[in-house]
Amino acid sequence: MSMSVLAGRITDTLTTTFGRLRNVSDTGTAVGVWGLIGALFVWAALAETQLLVVGIIVGSILALGAIGLTLIYGILRFANFAHGDMMTLGAYIAFFAYISGGSIGPLSFGFGMILAVLGAAAAIAFVAFASDRIVFRPLRLRGSSPAILAIASLGVALIVRATVLLLWGPQPHRYVSGIQFARDFPFDTKIKPDQIFIIASTFVLIALVYLVLYRTKLGKAMRATSDNADLARVSGIDTDRITMWTWWISGALVAIAGVLLAVQSQLTPDMGFSLLIPLFAATILGGIGSPHGALIGALVVGISQEVSTGLDLPFPPGWGPGYKPAVAFFVLIVMLILRPQGLFGSKS
Amino acid sequence: MTAVLEAKRVVSGYGEVEILHGVSLTLNENEIVAVIGPNGAGKSTLLKAVFGLVSVRGGSIHLMGRDITNLSPDRIVQSGMSYVPQTENVFPSLTINENLEMGGFVRRDGLRDRLERVYGLFPDIASRRGERASRLSGGQRQMLALARALMLDPQVLLLDEPSASLSPKMVDSIFEKIAEINRGGAAILLVEQNAREALSFSNRAYVLAMGENRFEGEAKGMLDNEEVGRLYLGA
Repeated sequence: MSMSVLAGRITDTLTTTFGRLRNVSDTGTAVGVWGLIGALFVWAALAETQLLVVGIIVGSILALGAIGLTLIYGILRFANFAHGDMMTLGAYIAFFAYISGGSIGPLSFGFGMILAVLGAAAAIAFVAFASDRIVFRPLRLRGSSPAILAIASLGVALIVRATVLLLWGPQPHRYVSGIQFARDFPFDTKIKPDQIFIIASTFVLIALVYLVLYRTKLGKAMRATSDNADLARVSGIDTDRITMWTWWISGALVAIAGVLLAVQSQLTPDMGFSLLIPLFAATILGGIGSPHGALIGALVVGISQEVSTGLDLPFPPGWGPGYKPAVAFFVLIVMLILRPQGLFGSKS
Repeated sequence: MTAVLEAKRVVSGYGEVEILHGVSLTLNENEIVAVIGPNGAGKSTLLKAVFGLVSVRGGSIHLMGRDITNLSPDRIVQSGMSYVPQTENVFPSLTINENLEMGGFVRRDGLRDRLERVYGLFPDIASRRGERASRLSGGQRQMLALARALMLDPQVLLLDEPSASLSPKMVDSIFEKIAEINRGGAAILLVEQNAREALSFSNRAYVLAMGENRFEGEAKGMLDNEEVGRLYLGA
């Protein structure tokens, strides 16, 4: 049997098997997927408590990026590959704006960081909006397809990353040098004060985003536009204004995500780009276009990535933290097979 | 009778294709006017052109004496006219209440009062206001779509095939609702595939074919007209 015939057979078998799996009722797959997620959380909490904590930190940073990505997809209907590099630029702008000195309580940084974060959020909100005005909006008005917009966003990503390289060089930077010691917490976990700051601030921000999206007129109009832009216009919603707010909000959030990511490790020119796969995995997992889906998806991806490093697997060879991006891919593939519309997505 | 909506020799279409080759119609105060005709006659395109969803290349559209030709939909909706598309006419992931709030998006005040008035008209959906619209049945969805369009208390309502893909029983109750809305003071222009049903409760009707006016007159007598019956109603 030639290789191509064999490959064809394997593909056929896989397709029918997965086809059958997918034909299981909608509630069936939903229950199955939620069951898997629940099992992951419980197992992680019992067996790998320390890694679970790290996973929640990573997951909550991812969530800030994923919410913006899902909003842009929902409202403008394209995958924005520049989102990761906006995160990088945000972190570097805070690095530029950070006036070191002093520290807030046990944290490694001083009040200057709060100002730097706000500055970075405002700057990236503006840069993201500018990218729309200069690149995406003209393409939209010409009636370009989502694929063209996505490729254009890859171009924006390259420009942003090249700018970071030009201005700050390829070497890693840190906001604050020195080592911060972790403190002991119940259940044998060690957490640094900075990490508590990260979790607290992401949850406050996510709560704020939730309030905006579900309790304000602007947020409801954003969700309405994401559901059906034509009907939104017919209802009298100025969708241009909604688009503008979408860029501002998602830009500000992803900039803060970048700063928090760099606070807990360091700044490198590819820090945001390397998070693109986990970010997309999180949005697709939650159901693309769904903000609370992005939050749950980000936590699942973050936790499974971190917890996987604690596993002692004989295969693949050299199993270790280097496989983290592969874990995000794996989670993504499993989800696409079982429930392509994601946790909160609609079937159509 | 005063005309609230007047389309004069409207030319419109998509891209290179011209669909409407100069269609005219008038909608008077308190009237229900049906636009009927075979598939591809340009009925839906006419409503879209009137509402600014496809561009008008020739002719003019006046709403209560004001020229609204090629105004954007979000401006038109503020001048007292609302539109219910044929399909995808609710926001599925929003709750019923949020759907209606979006219908009243441009309202500056009186949103609460209007909400209660509209719920009063549609008791079926009033009891489910916190639920997502995606959970509604086809008929209830259509009710919600009508309710959303009423949030601005429009003087003119455009309906694109309100009875499409509904059960016969639902069709009757939708048409009853439309008649009730009309008695409340809104002039209604509707496009229907279901010509017999539409003509039975409309005042006047226009027959469109190939993007042109073919026939117009009192709705009641129209079914008896041999030419109309044979050519456009499949009778």
